[in-house]
Amino acid sequence: MSVATLTPEAINYVCTTVRARSAIELDVSKSYLIEARLAPVAKDNGFDSINDLIQALRGQRQLKLESQLVEAMTTNETSFFRDQHPFETLRKTLFSEIKTRNAASKSLNIWSAACSTGQEIYSIAMHLREHFADLASWKVQLVGTDLSDDVLKRAAEARFSQIEVNRGLPASMLVKHFQRNGLHWELKPEVRNMARFMKLNLIERWPPLPVMDIVFLRNVLIYFCPETKRAILEKVRRVMAPNAVLFLGAAETTMGLDAGFERVQSDNSVYYRLK
Amino acid sequence: MYALIIDDSRAMRRILSKIVMPLGLEVVEAENGQDGLDRLEEMEPPEVILVDWNMPVMNGLDFVKTVRADGRYANQKIMMVTTETEPAQMVRALMAGVDEFAMKPFTADVLVEKMKLIGVRLPNPVSSNE
Repeated sequence: MSVATLTPEAINYVCTTVRARSAIELDVSKSYLIEARLAPVAKDNGFDSINDLIQALRGQRQLKLESQLVEAMTTNETSFFRDQHPFETLRKTLFSEIKTRNAASKSLNIWSAACSTGQEIYSIAMHLREHFADLASWKVQLVGTDLSDDVLKRAAEARFSQIEVNRGLPASMLVKHFQRNGLHWELKPEVRNMARFMKLNLIERWPPLPVMDIVFLRNVLIYFCPETKRAILEKVRRVMAPNAVLFLGAAETTMGLDAGFERVQSDNSVYYRLK
Repeated sequence: MYALIIDDSRAMRRILSKIVMPLGLEVVEAENGQDGLDRLEEMEPPEVILVDWNMPVMNGLDFVKTVRADGRYANQKIMMVTTETEPAQMVRALMAGVDEFAMKPFTADVLVEKMKLIGVRLPNPVSSNE
């Protein structure tokens, strides 16, 4: 396939389409990312170059192909136990707090928004099995959502490459919770079945969600303009239980965007508690 | 502060050194488990030992068992870096006293993450590899 430089029109088309469908802000400075992400889409669909792919899309609207383009541009990088610190906070502080607060209902709901291929929600599932005593007698709902059908399918399969399980996952947890199958590692059913996945585009109408005790929305808001960030945070607030907490990425904050959250520093991590 | 890198492949020792040195650790190399034990006798305990499994003279598993049997190294951080990917073998290594296990091929950030995970003190923890 040709690797000709993207034309300004092609870059503009990608930026406009991605913004319209996902509200994610791209610009010409991300042309390297556009080339890296769209080359496989062009190749898989039989185009000689990304420019040809975009020319075809501009000539006639093809929703399936357009979705593939948007999904390729919006897939998040993820890894097991990414950044470690939020998981330490879960173990040291939040699990015991929720056990007390929800003792009557014995329910715990956690949402991984923009979950990509599921490593975050499965890390939480493994963490619960290791550190949440009496788990079996609780009703636990772990929900992963993403706008990409492709990554949701992969997340539900819970099948990871050696490179993926090498990243962030302690070897002791790998041998305990996964089984090897050829070149891949599959989560054991008892962990895989703890999570469910559904399609959700943060800027569109949301499907019904359980009332959440903990929300992970990490490294997502950075892609949006302030107005969209405010709108998303407001909607997130509406699905959170009283005193529920929100984890954002290290470079993200609710400060100056939404006064409904209180910033809490806990050990080495920061989270935002619903006021 | 230094890392002891034990691998019979000179190329692999060089790759590991290039990952570890920007983190602020010096590097001492050994070609097999016995060579690694000899280096340990000569020097203060390292900050971390990165050890391969399959090597001539003394393999990595026997090296780990020998080190763990010596009370001087009860808290020594040891990571096995190997092509072994069988879960049963990984369990053997963990039972022998390995703190963490990285499967080859790996990337620099995998190794750095795992060193942080087991509490290796790194003078320059944000390396150019991250």
